[in-house]
Amino acid sequence: MNRVLGVLAVVAVIYFGLMSSDPQARSPENHQNLERRIGEWGILTLGVGFVILTGGIDLSIGSVVCLSAVGFGLILENNGSPPLAFMVILASGALIGLVHGLLITRLNLQPFIVTLCGLFIYRGLAQLLTQVRFDVLAGGLGRGWPEGSRILRDSSRNIGLSQPENLAWLTAIQKGNLPLGEWTGIVWLDIPNPLVLFAMLAIAAFLLLECGAFGRRVYALGFNEQAARYAGINTSAHKVACYVICSTLAALGGILFLVKVPSAAPASAGNWFELYAITGAVLGGFSLRGGEGSVLGLALGTAILPLLRSLVIFAGIPSDLEFMVIGFALLLGTVADELLRRGSFGKVRGTG
Amino acid sequence: MSDRAEPAVALLEAREISKSFLGAKALSGAGFFIRQGEIVALIGENGAGKSTLMKILAGIHQPDSGSLYLDGNPIQLKGPDDAIRRGIVLIHQELNLADNLSIAENMVLGREPTWGGPLGLVDRSATVRITREALAKVGSLLLPETPVGQLPPGQKQLVEIARALSLDARILIMDEPTSSLSQQETDRLIEVMEELKSRKVSIVYISHRLSEVSRVADRVVALRDGKNSGELARGEITHDAMVRLMVGRDLAGIERPQTQFGKELLKVEALRHAGSAAGGVSFAVREGEVVCMAGLVGAGRTEIAETLYGIRPMVGGRVEISGAGFLPGKPSEAIRRGLLLVPEDRRNHGLILAESIRGNISLPNLRMLSRFGIVSPRLENRMADDGISELGIRTTGPAKPAGQLSGGNQQKVVLARWLAAKPSVLILDEPTRGVDVGAKGDIYRMIEQLTARGVGVLMISSDLEEVLRLSDRILVLHEHAIAGELARGEMSEEAVMRLATGSASGRAAS
Repeated sequence: MNRVLGVLAVVAVIYFGLMSSDPQARSPENHQNLERRIGEWGILTLGVGFVILTGGIDLSIGSVVCLSAVGFGLILENNGSPPLAFMVILASGALIGLVHGLLITRLNLQPFIVTLCGLFIYRGLAQLLTQVRFDVLAGGLGRGWPEGSRILRDSSRNIGLSQPENLAWLTAIQKGNLPLGEWTGIVWLDIPNPLVLFAMLAIAAFLLLECGAFGRRVYALGFNEQAARYAGINTSAHKVACYVICSTLAALGGILFLVKVPSAAPASAGNWFELYAITGAVLGGFSLRGGEGSVLGLALGTAILPLLRSLVIFAGIPSDLEFMVIGFALLLGTVADELLRRGSFGKVRGTG
Repeated sequence: MSDRAEPAVALLEAREISKSFLGAKALSGAGFFIRQGEIVALIGENGAGKSTLMKILAGIHQPDSGSLYLDGNPIQLKGPDDAIRRGIVLIHQELNLADNLSIAENMVLGREPTWGGPLGLVDRSATVRITREALAKVGSLLLPETPVGQLPPGQKQLVEIARALSLDARILIMDEPTSSLSQQETDRLIEVMEELKSRKVSIVYISHRLSEVSRVADRVVALRDGKNSGELARGEITHDAMVRLMVGRDLAGIERPQTQFGKELLKVEALRHAGSAAGGVSFAVREGEVVCMAGLVGAGRTEIAETLYGIRPMVGGRVEISGAGFLPGKPSEAIRRGLLLVPEDRRNHGLILAESIRGNISLPNLRMLSRFGIVSPRLENRMADDGISELGIRTTGPAKPAGQLSGGNQQKVVLARWLAAKPSVLILDEPTRGVDVGAKGDIYRMIEQLTARGVGVLMISSDLEEVLRLSDRILVLHEHAIAGELARGEMSEEAVMRLATGSASGRAAS
């Protein structure tokens, strides 16, 4: 709990810094932008949180975001129905997580390596998919190859969002607001739907992890996998489940990405997202050793990077320095956490 | 006992030592001295301050008040390396060896012999020679190149002791050196200690095994609640006298009533795992019976327990629980059938140290505490409170992390978890290792209560005193096979040791 209060204090300090930097920063529009971004990134951070709890890591999140965005666009482009596309992409995300989990638990491969391979493979696959001429492919499969026809284009291309008129519900999720402000007349209460979605997912994660038997077992295996095995926990199944949750949420993030932008460049869409997600979880108090971290902390930790980025803009810091600011923030957070931990550990022992 | 022996000739002395850890007093005015070539046993219940006092002598902790004298001169130890330079070496209770390095590399760690001047290349032949000499001192025939990670705990302990000997210690401090050693290895260690003593090395020795203490100690110093509670000279050292000094009262004797045993709860036929002997092992445990597996470290007792429980793959054989077939392979399935294991390695396998007492007790029982996957805090608290009161776990509350408890209380938490799971057959692997006398008694009483209720207990123990006291039947293992079985009337230390060392079965075979 102490740690969550610490993260809350950091968020508060950055927030007040941001608010005092520029009148523009205080506008409802800026708040909406921030909330939207926190929601979008939060979904990814939540996913990687599950994996980090097991003591693992997922470096493939950004590439899964990209592949999902591209895949979703391609299905729509080829006249797939949006609900079908939505389900197919989420299922593919789950499948990716399942493969990661099985490679890690059955073959005992290191999560870092497995998901690093994923980082390369899914981005490459996304690039490849944008080159495929599905009409030719389908025609060829149906009637035999026409003379001289080529299935692949010369280069990858950006995938846009076609048939947006069929996507009202998705667009509403991505771009709409919870119209509390409209009802109450308080403009601040117009909360962007991505944040609402994140909040709902976070509540579900809270129930699962911090109130549920599943979470107890995940925390236990993350802290000491052997002891968890001796306590009768199917550690492999629980780990696999965490990777499935992570990649499924990344796939959801990919769909939201495409609906928002609304165009995905296979070479760059989702770049760095896995690192933002991991940073958010770590700033929120998750230990990469596993078995440590709370959903509330994660939610607050997620807010730190968007706030910092906004601060960089409004405080007039050259945007080239953004990465440095983020890096130092993470370093400071980690150092402070370690020092606090030493202090509080002593206190705990003293009372015992 | 205020009339302590005159410490005029003390080699190392500590006077009026007090030490607190953030408010909690570990030592208040404790004193200690040791002469050259003397073996002094330090006894006391867990939490009495033994380890703290030893760590102060070894420079790991600095005392809040009080003073240390070496050869009569006041000294201040700046750290463990300072103590080692002065010839004071502590062997830790938790082994401090790097599993990924070989015995030889561990032996010279931090003081590697080098050649090639500024290049500082490791001199391999010197390393091996130093290691051979050191291992020879503890009578070990291990190869210096063996990775430490491959050694069982008993062998690791011998390597640790060998390393301390190779540091030319004048004063050797051993914190429970025999807790993971078999009888044979213990005997060898005691020989080593006596040999060192004749070479004028002084040995401070902490142990819960009082029979050993009475064998080796020249003098016994007892601590209770951070203070000296008395001393015993050579002639006065008896089991009862030591227990009185440690707990301040006589320990209630435990007598197992002769009981009729019920039907077979666990039946094992030709059970084999990857390291088994050809025929595997066959045995049975009946309702209300305590069956002990005795044998030397490495005889394959833990492996049998872990195979039954599903940690190690079973290669062949047949298992029945309460007359119905059971295929080992998943701990969760074993738990469902009431076959439960208290593992040997409490800190790494038995408990989640960062988790609360409550969370450790509920961990394998979450299914019966949850509805729709959500754990009921009310039911969980009740289970924890029941366990704490039933086993007498000494704690400020159920939320205290298990890692902050003493060894005995940690073991009680593991036991409490399985009591809640309704055991049919309970496998206890070295349940009282590193557990103080008081908690040992509590654990024995719990075994009594369980068997009275009809639970079958399969116990692994290297403490022969304990084996003889608790067993209804003893299975003696030697090289992964059952060398013999002893019923109530046939039990004696000699009978067990004869079978365990293979001398009895060897005679039968020839």
